[in-house]
Amino acid sequence: MAARISFDDVEVGQELPAQTFPVTRADLVRYAGASGDFNPIHWNEKFAKEVGLPDVIAHGMFTMAEAVRVATDWAGDPGALVEYGVRFTKPVVVPNDDEGAVIEVSAKIGAKDDEARTVRVDLLAKSAGQKVLGMSRAVVRLA
Amino acid sequence: MALDQSFVGRTYPATDPYEVGREKIREFAEAVGDAHPAYTDPEAAKALGHPDVIAPPTFVFAITFRAAERVVQDPQLGLDYSRVVHGDQKFAYTRPVRAGDRLSVTSTIESIKSMAGNDLVSVRGDVHDEHGEHVVTAYTMLVARAAEEA
Repeated sequence: MAARISFDDVEVGQELPAQTFPVTRADLVRYAGASGDFNPIHWNEKFAKEVGLPDVIAHGMFTMAEAVRVATDWAGDPGALVEYGVRFTKPVVVPNDDEGAVIEVSAKIGAKDDEARTVRVDLLAKSAGQKVLGMSRAVVRLA
Repeated sequence: MALDQSFVGRTYPATDPYEVGREKIREFAEAVGDAHPAYTDPEAAKALGHPDVIAPPTFVFAITFRAAERVVQDPQLGLDYSRVVHGDQKFAYTRPVRAGDRLSVTSTIESIKSMAGNDLVSVRGDVHDEHGEHVVTAYTMLVARAAEEA
């Protein structure tokens, strides 16, 4: 795999370019179709409230897909990803308006493995001031 | 209700192969708004050393989760599926999923725990291609939330 970032140029603690990802109801419907996850909590407000949620929430896997882009866009080759894991701590609540919600993702280098020439990218994903992913880490093999 | 602990370590037969198509990858990449050319342009993927377009990192979940669902919906396990939420998710890649792959999933129940009334079930999905080579392993932890007091 051909990451465009050189392992030797990266330092622990270094920050990666942060990104924000808007998410509307239309995005959730589209993601439901593409992923095959039609759980109504992701598109049906009435159902979401009946099961005790504040409103429709984004698919956890949608948020997971957005967050890793901070690591893969930086590395240059998404195929350089060796490992990626998250904990779903809080839902991303998506109101029924034109704005929707925003997922803000920042990241820094948490560790380097000299032998494998991989780095661990620690991701921080927030929405409406709340941390939505915990233990969010991507391991990327660099050039 | 306590879950049946005898399910821990149980492995299920490999699923029928799922054939990964270029257009399905494109549809998924567009749905997550990821415009990386390696997902849609075979030449861009080749320039990075991939034989064909690759799939975004979380694409394979659609395949592994379908396999995991069969497992956790086993009535003998006793999980209240209507109360299930996704607790955590991890992928360990040998290589990226790519167009043309024919992928099979072998699911194993790794652990069953009870915590504060919640049932936690961890399922591992080992994904292999048509040559039997490992592609990725998905670790999925599902939580069945405790039923509310009546």
